[in-house]
Amino acid sequence: MNITGIENSGVHTISLFVNNKPGVLVRVALVFSRRGYNIDSLVVSPTSEENFARMTITCSGDEEVFEQIIKQLAKLIDVVRAEDHTEQDMVGTEVALVKVAVPMESRTSLLQVAEHYKAKVVDYGSETLMLRVHGETRKLDNMMSLLSAYDVREVVRSGKIVMARGNLQT
Amino acid sequence: MTTNPVKIPTGAEKLIQCLEKEGVEYVFGLSGGAAIPIFDALVDTHIKLILVRHEQGATHMADGYARATGKPGVVLVTSGPGATNTVTGLLTAMMDSVPMIVLTGQTIRSSLGKDAFQEADVTGITYPVVKHSYLVKDASEIPRIMKEAFYIARTGRPGPVLIDLPKDITAGPCDAPFVEEVNLPGYEIPGAVPVEQLEQTAKLLRRARRPVLYIGHGSVISDAGPAILRLAEKLNAPVVNTLLGKGAMDETHPLHLGMLGMHGTAYANKAVIGCDLIMAIGARWDDRITGKLDEFCTDAMKIHVDIDPAEFNKVIRPDVSMCGDARRVIEDLIPFVDRCESDEWVAQCDKWKRQFPLKYNKQGGLKAQHVLDRLDALTKGEALITTDVGQHQMWAAQFLKTRKNRHWLSSGGAGTMGFGFPAAIGAQLALPGKQVWAVVGDGGFQMTLCELATAFIHKLPVKVLIVNNNYLGMVRQWQELFFDNRLSGVDLEGNPDFVKLAEAYGIKAFRVKRAADVDRILKKAIEYNDGPCVVEAEVVKEDNVFPMIPAGAPLRNMIIERPKHKLEKPTGST
Repeated sequence: MNITGIENSGVHTISLFVNNKPGVLVRVALVFSRRGYNIDSLVVSPTSEENFARMTITCSGDEEVFEQIIKQLAKLIDVVRAEDHTEQDMVGTEVALVKVAVPMESRTSLLQVAEHYKAKVVDYGSETLMLRVHGETRKLDNMMSLLSAYDVREVVRSGKIVMARGNLQT
Repeated sequence: MTTNPVKIPTGAEKLIQCLEKEGVEYVFGLSGGAAIPIFDALVDTHIKLILVRHEQGATHMADGYARATGKPGVVLVTSGPGATNTVTGLLTAMMDSVPMIVLTGQTIRSSLGKDAFQEADVTGITYPVVKHSYLVKDASEIPRIMKEAFYIARTGRPGPVLIDLPKDITAGPCDAPFVEEVNLPGYEIPGAVPVEQLEQTAKLLRRARRPVLYIGHGSVISDAGPAILRLAEKLNAPVVNTLLGKGAMDETHPLHLGMLGMHGTAYANKAVIGCDLIMAIGARWDDRITGKLDEFCTDAMKIHVDIDPAEFNKVIRPDVSMCGDARRVIEDLIPFVDRCESDEWVAQCDKWKRQFPLKYNKQGGLKAQHVLDRLDALTKGEALITTDVGQHQMWAAQFLKTRKNRHWLSSGGAGTMGFGFPAAIGAQLALPGKQVWAVVGDGGFQMTLCELATAFIHKLPVKVLIVNNNYLGMVRQWQELFFDNRLSGVDLEGNPDFVKLAEAYGIKAFRVKRAADVDRILKKAIEYNDGPCVVEAEVVKEDNVFPMIPAGAPLRNMIIERPKHKLEKPTGST
């Protein structure tokens, strides 16, 4: 079952539980680059255990070699677990910050969009507004497409993090 | 009252003590500024330093030592260019799953990343060619890292581990205790295979009428030969081996069909084409084995035994895969299997053996095949053979029948020219009483021939057979067969007089030009044990290795002798 709905063919979500030390990211990145895979988003974050870190990666490339990607990641000494969540029951979320240039007098419709997506205004300036929105990748994509009607100055997205539901391990 | 202060060892001393604890006999190395503290510590140990003339040589020596013994070979070099010169040797070891420890000196920690003299980002440069690597950031890590490095290098699917050692760490104090246990949560060594998989395999084998066992380097590494022999005899199944699988099982055994693949025997390849079941044991379906993948064993059941789960479904999707040490898997499997109804099949393979033997044209000048055929006859499989890469390597693989495990050392995956001679030095040091031959070409030998000095100074009775055709012969063969004989970059005009060259190093040398003299000269070389000797065989310039399956072509396109018509350019890589 596909909860987030963004996993089109060729797009994968991988979660890695890795040793928290220098060089691990390079080793992981090389597994992808050697096989012509593009990393679409990558989140490295601390875990509840001090010596380990979590990497959440979305990537795309040739389906045929995806099995190799997972196996080669798992083979790295610094990777404790490599889980492919692509077809799994999981919760995925990401955060975006969006800066929109909009005059004071014409902000109503923009704020309606923000409200619809439960985006929070985190900076209310005289010339620009900054919105913070979180949720599934598709929700963020949809909001971004609505915002394209405005003068969007900057967008920063966090990249996706995921967690498997129930007893499944992330 | 004065107390006797306990001297705290330096990082380098601790490092050497760790090597001693791992049972290291030899360190192959070349010194340099950033490694001086480590070389200093070597003065006070029983571990012998083999000073090489180029760091690539050190890596291949350590590799040869490791392949001959199964124990990790140890390399010690300095930072910057010293370290980058090990990259080829690391690749060679990585591709062929050879346990190796490479210790590289590094600039002091405060200079890291500041383009200090002889600084290179060695861990960065080598990521893709090591099983694992460390940049030591604190002296207290040395015992743990050394323990882990040896453990990682030699267990599971073996491979090279690099340890980059900043000079202030090796020169500074290290009072950390030795580490006895490794704790690597991300590293798992496969255990026993589940019984269901053994039963499933046995079921497929029971149905097979035309089985073939295809054995590779994993069988050599795990010393699975005796178990494979029992399996083959119990099943009544023919056996083929890869270039690196030579020696796991005696190639002269009646059920053995020799090497398969691009330059394998015709009968081995015919067996693979005709089989209804193929079982890979520690082999990885390399492109030089399968040829065109879409047409490889399309109707045969495939069983794959490997210690590395990443090998399953990488090239071939097997019907059953069993992850584990080859020897253990086969030993566990034997009780489950019965004799196959394969008498007709074995008879057919025997018929192919008689019908399509390895052959060469004995007319004309001296043939490499003749020299190697005679070397086989005179050494009777007792000698340990190393090779370089190219035509001589393939002829050696064909004509030198390997009878014993770890008696055939060749660079397979990487195809590293310059490997053969230093690898023989490493093997000879590991096995002092063993007759060791390095079979090399004139091209590859010149890449690492500076190690003649190393062989000479240690009086190693390594015998170097230079198969000299004054060409980079394998490429010339491709250009002749597939590129209208437009020779480009293959003529080694300007080769030295190899006999004089050896003599310049103080090394005994022989030259053979005529077939009639081959036995006499080879015997002289075999009897010469006062140090290294070189035999230069001046063979005909333009000879080709057959059988040959053009790269990327299906196995049935095998060429058994020189074709009359022009061939299409190969679609496979190499």
